[in-house]
Amino acid sequence: MSVAEKPVAAQVSRGPTDAVLSFIDRHAQWLFPAPAVIMLLLVMVFPSLYNIYMSMQTWFATSTAEPQFVGLQNFADLFGKDENFRDSIWRTIYFTALAVVLELVIGLAIALLLNRELKGHKVIRTLFMLPMMATPTAMALIWVLMYNPTLGVLNYLLSLIGVPPQEWLSNLALVIPALAVVDIWQYTPFVTLLLLAGLATIPVEPVESAKIDGASAWQILWHITLPLLRPTIVVAALFRIIDTLKTFDTIYVMTQGGPGRASQTINLFAFQTAFEYFHIGYAAAVSLSLIALVFMVSGVLIRLRRQEL
Amino acid sequence: MSAIAQPRVVRRHRSWRKVLNTTLLYLAVALVICPFMFIFVWMLLSSFKTGVQQTAWPPLFIFEPTLKNYFDVFQRVPFVDYAINSVIVSVSATLLGLVFGLPAAYSIARWRQSKLAIAILTSRMVPWISFLLPWYLLFTRVGWVDTYQALILTHLIITMPMIIWLLIAFFEDIPTELEEAAMIDGCSRLGVFLKVSVPLAAPGIVASSIFSLIYSWNNFIFALILAGRKTMTLPVAVYSFMSYTEVNWGGITAAATLIALPVLILTFAIQRYLIKGLALGGVKA
Repeated sequence: MSVAEKPVAAQVSRGPTDAVLSFIDRHAQWLFPAPAVIMLLLVMVFPSLYNIYMSMQTWFATSTAEPQFVGLQNFADLFGKDENFRDSIWRTIYFTALAVVLELVIGLAIALLLNRELKGHKVIRTLFMLPMMATPTAMALIWVLMYNPTLGVLNYLLSLIGVPPQEWLSNLALVIPALAVVDIWQYTPFVTLLLLAGLATIPVEPVESAKIDGASAWQILWHITLPLLRPTIVVAALFRIIDTLKTFDTIYVMTQGGPGRASQTINLFAFQTAFEYFHIGYAAAVSLSLIALVFMVSGVLIRLRRQEL
Repeated sequence: MSAIAQPRVVRRHRSWRKVLNTTLLYLAVALVICPFMFIFVWMLLSSFKTGVQQTAWPPLFIFEPTLKNYFDVFQRVPFVDYAINSVIVSVSATLLGLVFGLPAAYSIARWRQSKLAIAILTSRMVPWISFLLPWYLLFTRVGWVDTYQALILTHLIITMPMIIWLLIAFFEDIPTELEEAAMIDGCSRLGVFLKVSVPLAAPGIVASSIFSLIYSWNNFIFALILAGRKTMTLPVAVYSFMSYTEVNWGGITAAATLIALPVLILTFAIQRYLIKGLALGGVKA
């Protein structure tokens, strides 16, 4: 703060370069972020506004007819009579809830296991980062191979413990759980690493004194560690929910929303409406609904976190 | 004498239990890591299998490996061209992201511009599809579909917010005293930024660049729609292998390995900063 208040303007100007530099000095607080703000307006804010404009048109990319302004008709159709859209909302929520809850539970369990002096803990943590960094499209294809009902290794491994072979990706009831497993594989390590960072900031005194008082490991976990860790857990949930609601690559590569529409989440619904049916205005309305859902859920979670602090 | 001997027995007893506990602990850690690593192992194994070995039941864990799939990837499809496209797009989007993002991150850190920080965080909540749709229509009109500039511009949506967000923390760590000293010596704000702050944030710049490179390299949806034959990137190319009449799993797994390998190597290279970035992302949210 104090740097900005230095009397820079009092410097003696010696030429045009100095004049420019002193101009920058005086206006640094808005000149520095200006290029990024302009770019953000161009690549993100402008298309978002255009998206809102599109959502109020009947607009077929395939026809030569001019787009027609229809007001909120697209939204009325979406929420009023489009059962496919309604189903896609429930599917999205089901997929997200299943994946995120399991990621939090498994992620926490692994974090508690790893939260101690381990030899090679750096290597372990790095190995854990690989699933979320590896190219999702490429990894989704490996999952397709593993889920393959006739030659897939998953059915083979499960047959060893007596589970009969399943058609993972073409079974209406199994496809969402099967896709959730991929998300869990990718992002449980993210939860673990975040919680490990959170665990590192927890003071040791309450745990130590509870041990002296003879508390069991479970009691310490329930009454001390978890309450102290709650803000980090909420943040992990927030990050995961936002991303899982928006999942596209994995689902599109593995099932294209199929079989039928059994794995068509809102994001895939928007994509397919736009680029398979070329119903642009309607797709824009779907994508805005997805944004609204993401903002709503994150708003609730952010409030939850604020209340705790 | 016995007073000295006694604790020794206890200690030996304890150390025996300690060894057992440690063994169990590392066994548990290994068990937990196995499923997460298995997918990579299976990808690698499958990429060395012939077509016959690929369809064997039970699936083969031990077999005579072949490099044929890798030769196929380079000979049958223009894999190198796709790789060059991916490099052009991700490197350009990252460099542009740095040019625009560095001063913004510095400014947010120095002058606590939290509104801008929140705007950037909010932008990351918006699904790509709602940027893709308008950009697709506009690029169709100006004939930019299947051009590098269209891909680079849309990939800025990925790289710039990420670079800014990660770099804020690194700039905050630089003590203001260093900058103040330089300013007293007559250095301008721009000079301080370029000669003091940016060099000091170098590790953060490297880490955020690699982070941004990886995410741009991995991106699928923008190139799926905006790229054509000329500019197709690797994730879209490997996806298109699936739509061939006969699915060639050897080729797909070899291509997947080649696409994921640079990412995995980079992750190892910057693991220290990645964990820091993750932690800060969580704490500051």
